[in-house]
Amino acid sequence: MLSLAHFMLLSGALFAIGVAGVFANRRHVLVLLMSLELILLAVNTNFIAAAHYLQDLGGQAFALFVLTVAAAEIAIGLAIVVVVFRARATIDTEDLRDLRG
Amino acid sequence: MGFQTLLFYLLGAVLLAAAAATVTLRCMVRAALCLILAFFTAAMLWMLLEAEFLAILLVLVYIGAVLVLFLFVVMMIEHQAPPAQTKRGYRAAALAVAAVMGLELAAVLSSPPPLPASAVPPRPAGYSNTEALGSILYTEHALAFEAAAVALLIAIVGAIALTLRRRPARVRQQPGGQSRVRKQDRLRLTDGRAEPPC
Repeated sequence: MLSLAHFMLLSGALFAIGVAGVFANRRHVLVLLMSLELILLAVNTNFIAAAHYLQDLGGQAFALFVLTVAAAEIAIGLAIVVVVFRARATIDTEDLRDLRG
Repeated sequence: MGFQTLLFYLLGAVLLAAAAATVTLRCMVRAALCLILAFFTAAMLWMLLEAEFLAILLVLVYIGAVLVLFLFVVMMIEHQAPPAQTKRGYRAAALAVAAVMGLELAAVLSSPPPLPASAVPPRPAGYSNTEALGSILYTEHALAFEAAAVALLIAIVGAIALTLRRRPARVRQQPGGQSRVRKQDRLRLTDGRAEPPC
């Protein structure tokens, strides 16, 4: 029988994979964004599982808002990546260190 | 083991494998495709959780628009950018962080008191997830809904403003200037004698 813990463990594992991706691919901006997407997906899965097992639709509404913000974030993030690539011909984070003191 | 449990384990295995492939594959196009697989599998899991509207939304809007945009940018940039090499130390740190987080989550979730019981009463006949979600979105969460709409609008404006490229060298028609021009702007009558060069 499935329970809330099943889904929470699954989304916890997904979250851990996303965080590991942020660390392992520190130099690829695009893979960093993909890892962020995985993290947000894990959070949304958690919300929806809680909404199902607690019988409260508020979780689904919140997941919808998280999706909205994630879509906005990824649109802006990709636009910034494109602009940076156009200006510098690289998106390697080791080469983008102008703000480092 | 019921059919739903079997489905959960199957989908969960695919989801975790696709997520792991996303963060480990070296080819970014393949990583983006694995990300799409992960999102699709997550949508099926949401379907298992009776969140039908959000599952379809994830497939149609998120995979259909956002991740395809992602794939577009990856394909545009990847073959021009030199491949970056990951340092070995980061990979060890990543594994350590993931292991610690996974263990902590497992410890918290498996410790007493247990999470609420899994006995979810079945929905009544004629229940519509979309209708129920809409009825709370437009009443309880109306303000947040409008804030989300404004956030999306700002994201649209920002993305366009960031990537819009003005090319000054491009020749284009200027209908306003063309219609405002008068005869004396263009035509000059001379008496036929050659003018000295100025």
